[in-house]
This record gives sequence, C-alpha cells and structure tokens, in this order.
Amino acid sequence: MTSMPSAIAIELAAALCIGLSGAPGCLRRRMRAGGQGTATALNLIGSAVGFAGLVLHARGGETQILLLGSLPVGRLAFALDGLAALFLIPILLISALGSLYGSSYWRDAEHRHGGRRLRLWWGIMGASMMAVVLARDAILFLIVWELMALAAFFLICSEEERAEVRQASWVYLVATHAGTLCLIGYFALLGHAEGSTALWPSLGSDGSDWLPTSLFALGIAGFGLKAGLVPLHVWLPGAHANAPSHVSALLSGVLLKTGIYGVVRVCGLLPDPPIWWGAVLLGIGAVSGVLGIALAVAQQDLKRLLAYSSIENVGIIVIGVGLASIGRSLGRGDLVALGLGGALLHVLNHSLFKPLLFLAAGNVLHATGTRRISSLGGLARTMPYTFVLFAIGGIAICGLPPLNGFASELLLYVGLLRAAGVDPAHGWAWAGLAAPALAMIGALAVAAFVKVTGIAFSGTPRSPATAHAHDPGVAMLAPMAALAGGCVVLGLFPIAAVPLLQRAVAAWDPVLAIATPPLPVLAPLGWVSAAGAVLIASVAFVAACFGRRRSEPATAVTWDCGYASPTPRMQYVDASFSETLVGLFDWAVRSRRVLPELPGPFPPASRFESEVPDAVLDRVVLPLAGATKRGLSQLRALQRGPVQMYLLYLLLTVVILLMVAP
Amino acid sequence: MIDFQTLLVHFALLLALPPLLLGVINRTKAWFAGRRGPPLLQPYHDLARLFRKEMVFSRTTTWVFRAGPVITLSAILLAGSLVPFGAFDAPVRFSGDLVLFVYLMALGRFFTTAAALDTGSAFEGMGAAREVSFACLAEAALFMAFVVLVRFSGSLSLSPMFHAPMIASLHGLSAAALFLVAVALFVVLLAENSRIPVDDPSTHLELTMIHEVMVLDHSGPLLGLILYGAAIKLFLLSALVLHLVLPFTLGNPLLDWLAFLAGVGAIAVGIGVIESVMARLRLRAVPSLLIASAVLCVFGFVLTLV
Repeated sequence: MTSMPSAIAIELAAALCIGLSGAPGCLRRRMRAGGQGTATALNLIGSAVGFAGLVLHARGGETQILLLGSLPVGRLAFALDGLAALFLIPILLISALGSLYGSSYWRDAEHRHGGRRLRLWWGIMGASMMAVVLARDAILFLIVWELMALAAFFLICSEEERAEVRQASWVYLVATHAGTLCLIGYFALLGHAEGSTALWPSLGSDGSDWLPTSLFALGIAGFGLKAGLVPLHVWLPGAHANAPSHVSALLSGVLLKTGIYGVVRVCGLLPDPPIWWGAVLLGIGAVSGVLGIALAVAQQDLKRLLAYSSIENVGIIVIGVGLASIGRSLGRGDLVALGLGGALLHVLNHSLFKPLLFLAAGNVLHATGTRRISSLGGLARTMPYTFVLFAIGGIAICGLPPLNGFASELLLYVGLLRAAGVDPAHGWAWAGLAAPALAMIGALAVAAFVKVTGIAFSGTPRSPATAHAHDPGVAMLAPMAALAGGCVVLGLFPIAAVPLLQRAVAAWDPVLAIATPPLPVLAPLGWVSAAGAVLIASVAFVAACFGRRRSEPATAVTWDCGYASPTPRMQYVDASFSETLVGLFDWAVRSRRVLPELPGPFPPASRFESEVPDAVLDRVVLPLAGATKRGLSQLRALQRGPVQMYLLYLLLTVVILLMVAP
Repeated sequence: MIDFQTLLVHFALLLALPPLLLGVINRTKAWFAGRRGPPLLQPYHDLARLFRKEMVFSRTTTWVFRAGPVITLSAILLAGSLVPFGAFDAPVRFSGDLVLFVYLMALGRFFTTAAALDTGSAFEGMGAAREVSFACLAEAALFMAFVVLVRFSGSLSLSPMFHAPMIASLHGLSAAALFLVAVALFVVLLAENSRIPVDDPSTHLELTMIHEVMVLDHSGPLLGLILYGAAIKLFLLSALVLHLVLPFTLGNPLLDWLAFLAGVGAIAVGIGVIESVMARLRLRAVPSLLIASAVLCVFGFVLTLV
C-alpha cells in the first residue's frame, strides 16, 4: 500500500459511515428526535466521502484490490473497478438524498415505532449494497447480498400494522430467498469449476458445454429476480407501492441495480459467449420492457404505476446488456460499447428520475393521504413545485429530449441499428427487431406518464383532501430539485458521463474496449447537446413571440359541449384513459372488471369497477405456491411429534449416509 | 456540407408550404363531392385570422395548457430540419438522427396530450387517450420501417437512408421490400396526422375523434400554432413517403425542387382521394390497421435478410 489512502479503503470507510448512520439513534433511547439529525448527517458525510473516493479512483483509474483478512470459508476481499465505481454512484447519491428527504417525510412523532428502526436499516441497506458491488469473494458476496435483502425487508415492512404491507414484504422475502437460492447454486458451481471463491472469474472456453449454460441460467434467474425481470417481477410492485416513499426510491433507484450489476457480471463470464446468450437477454429485456410499461399504463395506484415502470426500465437496461453480449460474441467492440454504455447510462439515468418520481409521489401521498390516481386531480395548482419536479421526471423517463433518458436510449438505438444494418457481414440482423420494441416501450411510457400528469395533476380536484393539498417544505423539495437538476444536466451534456462509461466498459471487456473508438465517435452525443439547446432556445423564442403582446386573456369554464357547470366528477379518469391500451394488451394484463347489470329502461344506481392485478402473481405464482403447499402437506405424516420418531429418523439418515459414502 | 441555397429553400419550404397541403386536400375532397371548395390558400387566411384573435382560457388550466402548443411546434420544426426534401440532403444530419426525429414527435405528443388533459374535459381526455394509444403502434411501425431502410443504406441518418432507394438497383426483392415499407409509412402518415381512415378531421363534435377533440379548448394564436404544427407534421411525413414513391433525381436542382413540390402535392391529392372514397374505420379497428402496417415492415425486413 502506498502512503495515500487507496480509493477502495475510502469507499469502505464511507460504507462504514453509512452503515452505522442509524445506530446512534438506537443507542440513546431517551432522545426525542431519535437521532434523526445524526443519521442524516452521517449519510451525507458517508456519501461525500464515497464520492471523494470515486474521484480518486477516476484519477488513478486502475482496479484496486484490498484483502482485509479471511473468513472461515472465503476471504474478505474487496475491489473497485470501473464497473463497481459506476454502480456506487446511485447507491451513494440516493442514500444521502433519500435520508435527507426522509428526515422530514418520516417524522418520529407520526409513526408508532418512530423512525429509529427505519434509519437503522436504511444505513445497513446502503452499506450492504456498497459491499455487494465491491465484494470480490463469493462467500462474502452472498453474506452481504443476504444482509441487503434482509435490510430491504425491514424497510419495506416499516408500516407493519397495515395488512397489505405485511403481505407485500412477505412476498418480497420469499422471492428474494428464491433468488438467493439460485445464487448459492451459481456460486457453488462456479467455485467447483474454478477451485476458488475469488470473483469475478473468467471461464476458459475449454470447459464443458453444460457448465456455462447452467451458470448463465442460474445467474440470470437469481439476479433477474432482484432486478425484477418479467416474469420474476412478482415481488416488485407490491413492495415498491407499500414501502415508505423514500424507501421506494431507494429500492427502485438502487436495489434493482444490484440485480443488473449481477446480470452484467454473469454476462462477462465467458470471453466468447454463445450468441444466444445475448439473444435471450434481448428477448427478456424487450418482453420486460413492453409488458412492464403496459402494466404500468393499466395501474390505478400512483406508486404501483411507478413500480411497473421500473420493470420497464430494467427491461431497457437488459436490452443493452444483451446487445453488449452479442457484440462480445461477434467481436464487435462498437456494439459492446454502445450496448453496455447505453445500459449503464440508463442505470445512472434511472437512478435520477425514478427516485425523483417516487419522492414526488411521496409528496402527493403526504399531502392528500391517497395513492389512487382517480381520487387526485388539480395538484398542478395546489402543489406547483411538486408538479414541475414530477413533470421533469416524467419527461425524462419517457426518454424525451432534452432530458437525460433520451441520451441512454439513443445509445441503445444506435447500437441495435448498427447490429442490424451497418456492416451486415459481421452483424446479427435480428437485433434490429428490438428497436421497434424499444420505440413501442417509449410510446407506452408517454401514455403512462401523460396519464399521471394529466389525471392526477391536471384538471380539478376530485376529493376535498386533494383540494387542500400543499407543497412540502424545503427539506423535502431540495433533494428532489437536486435529482431534477441531474436529469437536466445529464440530458444536455451526456458527454459528461462518457469517461465513467468508458471505464466501466473497459472493466467488463478490456480486450474489445481497447480496439474500439470512444463513445462520442460512435454515437452523436454532441448532437444531443446541440438539439437540446436548440429546442430550449426555439421554445423560448416561440413563447416570447406569443407571450409579450397580449393583455390579460379572458377566462371561462372548460368547454364541455354545452354543460354550463361541469363538476369534477365529469372529468376523464385514469381507467378510461388507459382502456384502449389495456384492451390491446389484455392477453397479458388480464384486467378484472365488474360490469353493472342494468335491468329495464329505468335502472337504479349501479357501479362499474375494474382493476388490474398482477397476472403472474395471481395466476401463476400463488396457485403454484398453493399446489406446492398442498403437495408437501402429505409430508406432515412424518412430523408426528414423539422424540423417539425423530431419533429413528436420525439413525436412519446416519445409516444411509454410511452406506452411500465411499 | 450543404450549400446555402439548399438550406434557404429547405427552411422556406418547411415554414411556408405545409398549410398549402391542407388546401390541396380540401380542394380534392370538394372536387370529389362536386363542390367548388375553399380557395387553395384558405388555410393561410385561417391561420392569419387565428393569430389576430384574442384567447380564452379555461379557469382549470395551468401553464401546461399554454406550453403545449409552443413546445409541440418547436419540436416539429426541429424535426423538420432532419428530414431530407426530394433529392437534397437535410440541413442537419448525423448518424442516429432518425431517433431524434421520432422522439421529437413523441415530445410533441406528450405536450399536446398533457395540454388536452389540463382542461379537465372528458372529451379532450378521450382524444388524448386515443392519441397516445394509437401512437404506441404507429411509432413501432415507423421504427420497423426505419430498420428496413437502415439495412438498405447501411446508414443511421435520415438523408442517406431515404436516398438509398435511389441508388439501390430497383429490382426483385429490394423493390418488394421498399414497396411494403412505402405502404406502411403511408398508413403511419394517415394515423399520425389523424386523417381518414383513422380519424375524420372535418367534423368537430364527434366522439370518435382524436386530434381535433384534443384542441377543443385552445383558441386564437395557440390554436393557430397547433394547426400550423399539425400541417408541418403532415408535410414532413409526406416528404418521407415521397422518397420511396419517387426514388430518383433529375440532376438539375431546379427540376428536382419542382419534382419534389409536384410529388408532395400528389401525395396531398392522394390523401384527399382516400378521404373522399373511404369511411372512417371503427375505432376498435384502428389498432389492426397499424399492426398490419408494422407487420408489412417486418416482411420487408425479412426480404432484406435473403
């Protein structure tokens, strides 16, 4: 070690600081504030230290490995490379900003357990996610992965007194352990093949055929569960919707990304992966994207809608990873750079706009007490700042210029189209089919977010609570403004992220990265800035032309074809808005509707209801779980209770083992 | 590099020509119906009148309602600088500009529909819902068409992509693929511009409408901006379709510009004829039409593989 503290050591110190941020509040039971200020301060300090470490790493550039000692099995090995550094950014950012937001959003006085427990697990969650990204040993990785999963469980069930929260966190707990099971299998196989637990190894191509295939399947299943890929997304909507809003922001902005991190590492397993790996990922990504956002359009709960939109974004990211894997198979460095670069830029982008949207949803929930979109309305007038921030997030997440979502989707489009059309001799034309899928995802995202801004924020209030809503204080708006600022800056200057992306791509595939021209040559990132600037200038110009000469314009009621006094109940609601699209995707969305019976020419008052449950959870997972439970209940015959029986079982087991053992 | 003259003509046409297309369409429809019809320049008079008028705002609306038309028009104009007209390249072209083109249109759609919902009117809500729903399919079809052209040209920029049919020796499979793409793009043109058979632009208070119903509450200059922007969008997509219908150059710039004008006019006449001889589809049937056009492009794509 040199005399300067290495970047990796700084990151571990930052993780320690964040990890212990909730502890002081728990120690001093009598403190009224419960350590709120301390926790926020420690999170902010930890995050600042972490960013300083990243800057130091960016200057040095090379991968640093730190060995702190050994475990009974495995070692305490950490390393910081370009890929890990990129994934650290969302963790550090959202840990700090979410904690700041939470200090006003989740006040001790308003909750039964106070904020102590939440803050304790918040810190542990942040630290364990950092450790997941930094870990370089399989056993260590599994330990911190499990710690992260448990921390997320305790965060999700913060409001355990509500039944739906308990159910959502239970589903999450089962899902995450199913994922961990796959990962244990993955690392066991890997360790068996490699003879060591060091991560992340590169398999030689001389291995037998089934090994890489089964590793790929296990890895994608295990990490895909955490990332929320369709059909493994069943835990995600409930958990995101029922967690406190800043926790939802952390889950969606950061926790899902650890799954993506794993998927990227799994794809880096072989120097020359079969092309079907990439094709499978492209397919999974496109399906997750389209179905995720189609389900989002159908949702009537603001936070569930945002949760499904996370599935969509994970799908977009996985499309990029698939493209990179295809590029690796074909030996095309440009596809690797554009695919992985686009995917990782989207990771960064999504960790800006999705937390922003969840925090805005938190503001709405805080002010109105409801997440039902059809009970809201008119919030643009009562909560103007929240509305502007939400609109920025919404435009960004639709991938529209001039905000940041456009830059990452552009990289992916360029990559897919290059794979399909440019240099056809060394391409894989079918990749071109993912481009229209991505276009459809984008258009559906527009539908989903126009629906939210239009129904929830525009129009007139549909309930008294909504009419008297108001913006929260600065402590809650400031973190959101920071995220929105990030969306604008990255949207206008995507080139700023290029060094980070290049280092991450080089860490993933050093061989191809050297021979590839830099990202700004491959993709028109400079033109993105130019187009954004021209767009803003021309909007300002047109607005100035039409804004200056007029006196105060006349006002009237909305023209509703002759109604003199329209009421809020006459407004269009979200279920009607999404009806056409839900009909189009009904084969997957499976909406449930209760149609009223209208007897005779003068029917009495009746109700129409429609809802969109999660088709996979309700129709596949729960029936399957029920059947498994019934099947396994046959085994109860063995569990009779007397100790003698159990002794007999032990004896039988030992005898059988002795017989089988060589 | 593009010469100054072409640049000037491009922007002059982009700004001045679009309303004329509406005039041509209306004149064609009137001719079919046995009427004399409005003068060709009537849309210009309509716009000028709207720009002089006062505005009335609903008390429900916010800044979104006013920003909608402004942002939409800006986005469409910016998209207009990416589209090649006739034998000439677009003023702005770079690898990947097709994505910017599609997403600028999407930005316009976001703000048009958000402005419609800002009024809280059920009618405008319906229009906005249909607009965003059909766009999901139209945008996929448009991109599928672009993928085929990317495979033809080996380029990711609209100008070379749409000039590739000129260079490609037009025979057999490639001509078939281009024909399929041209049909699909024309359907997308009709859908994106809310023309028959997807929507009927000549009625105002029908429930089955898409674009017109979204702008019920806009008045005066803002309505003028919306109509102007819609005309430019029609012009841009017509210019794109024209490349596939008329894939050759005459060699002389003046003749080329005249051919372009004649071609765009012919497409407008074609739209007018379709509006005269067809009825609007039932709303439920519109997705099938758009899916069919996307499937045509997939066939075109498959043809490029062999």
